[in-house]
Parts: sequence; structure tokens; C-alpha cells
Amino acid sequence: MAAQSPVAYRPMHGFYTLFYKEWLRFWKVSVQTILAPVLTALLYLLVFAHTLRGHIDVYPGVDYTAFLIPGLAMMSVLQNAFANSSSSLMQSKMTGNIVFILLPPLSHREFFSAYLLAAMARGLSVGTGVFLATIWFVHVPLAHPLWAIAFAVAGSGVMGTLGIIGGLHSDKIDQLAAFQNFIILPLTFLSGVFYSIHSLSPFWQALSHLNPIFYMIDGFRYGFFGQGDVSPWLSLAIVAASFLALSLLTLHLIRSGYKLRH
Amino acid sequence: MTTAIHVDRVVKRYGALQALDGVTLEVERGEFFGLLGPNGAGKTTLISILAGVTLATSGSARVMGHDVVTEYRQARRSLGVVPQELVFDPFFTVRETLTIQSGYYGLRNNRAWIDEVIEHLDLTEKADTNMRALSGGMKRRVLVAQALVHKPPVIVLDEPTAGVDVELRKALWTFIRRLNRDGHTIVLTTHYLEEAEALCGRIAMLKQGRIVALDTTRNLLDMQGGCYVDVRLDPARLPESLAPRVVEHENGGTWRLALRDYAELEDVLAALRGAGVRVQELEVVQRDLEEVFVRIMSGH
Repeated sequence: MAAQSPVAYRPMHGFYTLFYKEWLRFWKVSVQTILAPVLTALLYLLVFAHTLRGHIDVYPGVDYTAFLIPGLAMMSVLQNAFANSSSSLMQSKMTGNIVFILLPPLSHREFFSAYLLAAMARGLSVGTGVFLATIWFVHVPLAHPLWAIAFAVAGSGVMGTLGIIGGLHSDKIDQLAAFQNFIILPLTFLSGVFYSIHSLSPFWQALSHLNPIFYMIDGFRYGFFGQGDVSPWLSLAIVAASFLALSLLTLHLIRSGYKLRH
Repeated sequence: MTTAIHVDRVVKRYGALQALDGVTLEVERGEFFGLLGPNGAGKTTLISILAGVTLATSGSARVMGHDVVTEYRQARRSLGVVPQELVFDPFFTVRETLTIQSGYYGLRNNRAWIDEVIEHLDLTEKADTNMRALSGGMKRRVLVAQALVHKPPVIVLDEPTAGVDVELRKALWTFIRRLNRDGHTIVLTTHYLEEAEALCGRIAMLKQGRIVALDTTRNLLDMQGGCYVDVRLDPARLPESLAPRVVEHENGGTWRLALRDYAELEDVLAALRGAGVRVQELEVVQRDLEEVFVRIMSGH
């Protein structure tokens, strides 16, 4: 057990390990982190498709149940990406085991990327699960799969980043719950998951355009039906700009040690 | 050769609270160094600054010559910290915990060393047990193992034996002593002063964020000077000439008398003989670090 010089550092392995650990963390409790949200989305589909079918105008020639499925899948992607990074950071801070991540020589970029990718992985896993569980109910076309993938990836990135901010900022579970219940949930539910905003009054349509999650849902849905409430390019630009702005803010917060290194 | 730890005029303020007030110290390579002080003295803050978990308000700190802020990667790779709190990640087993911790330091295929650490800390039977299922003592061992997975030359133990049973404490110290013999620099904070006295070659005492004593353990003990002699007398009567030496007196005829050195023992015995008092029992008692600590803390 002789004292030795520090062994050679392998670049990227610290990042990979933190990502792997975050992946394992949700995978080990996949009943709770993947299966449960898939079941929730399935229940939404059954209830909303049954009660609203024929009552809401969506896209011309598109069945409401088919319209709902991409919306639910994307909502699940977004909510679970946020939940993963926010709850992991929050729990680590509360239990104190965040120290095991703060002691090693991980850079702020490695820290950010690992938490972000794990959040995206969980969001995309749940979204895929929702999609696979619901497509048996009705035929869902896939007009532009690359658009769908682009919005799923970018949307999960935005929400995973927002989750990191939420986790860093919150000192108590109540604070994180408030972030989730009073910001994320309303923005998600009012983003057009369950309806096309063309069915709304001009005031609510205008308000919906201020909601960045609307562009994620609309762009994702464009990938399936080839039509949306706004241009997919505009949606992608807004989602990409949101991701960039939030990423820069998060990197700054981690680098400065915001609520991590006192 | 660079020092293992170099702390230069480090100040840390939390709002109005001054946690560290210009602390300067050096720890040489291979030392077993003690950091003592009452609760709130700033020991954990100083360790946290070395580890990069806390940012100093001003001043600088280096580990193996690397600045903990500007060269944080090298500094953190050189340092292993056993935190004071019994923290763990409930999702993982002991082996997973150590493999993950090793990976954070950029080490791949580190299984042989992890196995060795597991074996030395007597964790082999628990290697595949979830952290939640471990006793407090076992969790403490895992914390030590986590600090060692990247073979750091400097190891900081922040009250590692708090709440630990005697058996584990002994096993832990045997292991830490061995690490020190093998060349690792050890920095220890503890409330058990007899541990610090037995283990540390040099000691710094902190009070209200300032170093109030910094010397070898031997010099600190000598600074207090002298020893005591406990005597039980027959008849239970102390000669008047010995009254200035009395530290304690029990009604059963037992006195504790202060001596500046062993030579004064003969003077005491002579005085007793001269007064016709017989010594029934006699014991010479060394002054210990606890007394030094109390005296230094009350003097500042």
C-alpha cells in the first residue's frame, strides 16, 4: 500500500462514470422511473381519448387519439427528463452524498453533460415506452421521423437542463415541488398536448406562443403528421435557443459552485 | 520538495460569521498531522477548502504543490477525504460505490486495487451488499475506502472515529498508521485527544478560525511541563510546606501534587518523611494533551 503518485488520468472517464452512475440510478428503480410514467400516460390516453374524441378539432383528417399519442409521448419525455436531473441532484444535496461528486476532479462541463445526458436518456426511454405502449390503439403515421427525433432530443435537453437548475437551486423538497407544480406542470399542460392551439381563442393562442414547451410538442407532432400549428423550423429555432441559453446559465451556475461549493 | 499541504492566509466568511481568520500552515510529506479544536473552530471548513468543496474568501491553499482552485484537477487527484458525516448513496452496493468513485478520478480497470482496499478494511463479506443494509461502522469503513480508491498521497480524515465502537476504532488506526508508514501524508481531526496524542507527530490547534498552537506533539506536551504525583498518606495529613503543590484533595487522605519535573519527587518524599507521614500509595501521572488543549483554549 505504498504511497504513489496519482495514477494517470484518463480523459472523459470521469464524465462517463458520472453518466453511468446517473443512468444506473434510474435504471435500478425502473418500475418507478420508467414503467410508472408509461402507465400514467396510458391512463391519460384512455381517459382523454374516450371523453374528448369528437369534441375537439385537431388537424384535418387526423383522429384525436392519434393526435394525442405524440403529445403524451413528448410530455412524458419532458417531464421525466426534468424529474431525473432535478430529483437526483436534490436528493444528493439533501443526503449529503453530493460530496462524492464534488471531491473528484470533475470539471463543470463534465458535471453538466453527465447529468444532462442521463436526464435525456430517462426522458427518451419513457417517451419510447409511451409510444410503444400506445400505438396499438390507433394508427399513428410517422411522416418525418428525423423531425420527431430532433424535437425529442432537443426537448429532453431543455428540460434536463432546467432540471439541473431546479435541483441546484432547491434546498428543500418543497422548493423543487413548487418549481415542478407551479412552473413545469402548467407549462406542459397548456402546451397543446391535449389540443391544437387553433381551437383556442386568439388571446390563449397568443399566450401559448410564449410557452417554449408548446414549440417542443408542436414540432414533435409535426414529425408524425407533417403538419403543425407553427413552422417546425421556427419551433426548432426557439427550442435550440432555449437549450443554448439554459445550458450557458447552468454551466455558469455549476462553475461558480452555486449552492454546491459554499 | 514541495510540501503536502500549504495553506496561506486563508480567510473564510459566511456573512457576518468569520469561520477562518487568516490561517497559515504547512504539512510536510509523510507527516501524521493533527488538526484540533472545539466545535465551530473551523477545522471542517479548512478541510473543505483543501478539498475544493468550499471556496475561500481570500488566501490560497495547495495540495502537493497544486493550487486547489486553479489546478483543481491535480490537487483533487492528490487528496483523499474521509468526510465527517456518514453519507452514502443508497442505490449502490459497496463494490459499485467504490468502482464509481474510482471512475470519477478517471481510473478504469481499477478492480485489483479496489479489491485490496476492500480486503484491508475487512469489507470483503459486504462487498456486494447495498449500502443501506450496512451498519454505521461498516459505512464508515466504506467512506475510508472511497477516500483511498484513487491512491491519493494525502489523506484527510475528518473525525473518522466519531460514534465508532472501540474495535473498529483500533482497526481503523492500525490501517491508517500503516498507510502513514507507507508514505501517505495523513491529516486528522478528532475530538479524541488521546488518539491525536498517540498518532500525530505534529498538531495545530484552532480556535474561532485562528491557529492558536502549532508544534510537535512532544513540544506541546512539554510546554505544559511537569507531571503529577498522587499520594495516599497515613496519617491523612499533608505537611504545610507541600500545600502550594496541591491540585486535588480527596477526603480519604489522597492528594494530587504538581511537580515541575521528576527530580522534585524526592523533595516531596523528603518533606513527608520530615513530617512523619508515611506514603501508603504513590502514582506518578503524566500530563496529557487534553490538559494542554484545555489550557491553550482557555488562554486565548
